[in-house]
Amino acid sequence: MSNLEFTLEDLKRILLEGAGADEGVDLDGDILDTDFEELGYESLALLETGGRIEREYGVEFDDDTLAENRTPRALVATVNALLSERVAA
Amino acid sequence: MTAKVVVTGIGVATPNGLGVDDYWAATRVGRNAIGRVTRFDPEQYPSKLAGEIREFVAEDHLPSRLIPQTDRMTRLALVAADCAFTDAGVRPGDIPEFDMGVVTASTSGGFEFGQNELKKLWSQGSQYVSAYQSFAWFYAVNSGQISIRNGMRGPSGVVVSDQAGGLDAIAQARRQIRKGSKLIFSGGFDASICPWGWVAQIAGGRMTTSEDADRAYLPFDANASGYVPGEGGALLILEDAEAARGRGAENVYGEIAGYGATIDPKPGSGREPGLRRAIEAALADAGLAPGDIDVVFADAAGTPELDRIEAEAISAVFGPGRVPVTAPKTMTGRLYSGAAPVDVVAAFLSMREGLIPPTTNVELSPAYDIDLVTGAARTANVRAALVLARGQGGFNSAVVVRAAD
Repeated sequence: MSNLEFTLEDLKRILLEGAGADEGVDLDGDILDTDFEELGYESLALLETGGRIEREYGVEFDDDTLAENRTPRALVATVNALLSERVAA
Repeated sequence: MTAKVVVTGIGVATPNGLGVDDYWAATRVGRNAIGRVTRFDPEQYPSKLAGEIREFVAEDHLPSRLIPQTDRMTRLALVAADCAFTDAGVRPGDIPEFDMGVVTASTSGGFEFGQNELKKLWSQGSQYVSAYQSFAWFYAVNSGQISIRNGMRGPSGVVVSDQAGGLDAIAQARRQIRKGSKLIFSGGFDASICPWGWVAQIAGGRMTTSEDADRAYLPFDANASGYVPGEGGALLILEDAEAARGRGAENVYGEIAGYGATIDPKPGSGREPGLRRAIEAALADAGLAPGDIDVVFADAAGTPELDRIEAEAISAVFGPGRVPVTAPKTMTGRLYSGAAPVDVVAAFLSMREGLIPPTTNVELSPAYDIDLVTGAARTANVRAALVLARGQGGFNSAVVVRAAD
């Protein structure tokens, strides 16, 4: 895969594919700084989401990546940092 | 004095009906739902018939959040739970969360989900296996998902004793009501009509290889050749009778009046199988005599040896031909943990309408001296019914249900 950028839209698509969306949560709203738990995603949903991102973008998360990146903004930034490391390497 | 426990809400999904009304409309007229398997191509397998639920679209009933994490059996169970709440006139928030629990039975767990994940494991690698495989296959998952969706945090669990489990779970739910819980969901759902589930069931050795949908599953018939598997089940809401009256429950189906369970003696011991003792224990628990029972819903294994054992147990307790016996599961196939809860539903609906649904397709073998209701339904005043269920491994369970008033 040669995706060099990981966007909020990519994250939303993967969240929906892997875990769906809670009733009453609008992923198209302003969610960048909302905690994943508030968006209805518990640890297992994030594990599934993380696995899908790793597979699709060829990146590897640490054990703590998902615990430490609690919002879409943080996770998107982390994935992009991993992607640019990969390009640099 | 032990509290009376009543059923106040039902959710049911079987190959011949989704919801109480559809299920009963089909069952009372003996509508057959057995056909060639369509969920996968059965051509290469020795058994090719099943009772499939054809009309169910989970996405129409459940939020998208639940779809990636649920097996088919769990989706059916979650929707049935919603229906049972509506039927009972209760909303999940009406009762304190620690006063409501879920005790279901399971035979297989989520086989189809597991099959898909195993396929990914061996064809693509471990990183492709869904995180939800951790629980989606698990026997207790229906209880867990119903509990989470509806905020029911009281006594909960799962019973795994094959087909007998459907009654064992109802008995466990009754115990929890008697210990003080206000509302317990009980019943069972299985749905493993997928290649992996299929080979596991074939390995049990009791499935028919007949390809004639109308002459395949023939309990108590001289041509019995095994059973046809089906998918589905039922969920019942159990409440204390006084409490149900107190909240103004309008839909009391009847009472779970008695329960008995036994294990068969070791094969080859020559001792009598345990079914007769299970029946007698359930009658004693209900405080009823054999003559008080108006109909028996048979386990109806569909293999000659097991049919003989059941017919002998019924005749030993009731006398030859002294009680009507029926097996509406001949229309749907055997639903594993779901079968007996569906029979309990049929028993309550028999009371309501005064009609015993038929055992379809079967011509009673002269070898059995039971009064099997074959052909069409039979009108009868039903006040008390006995439901029987047996599980592979020697489980025998019996439940007596009785009209509420």
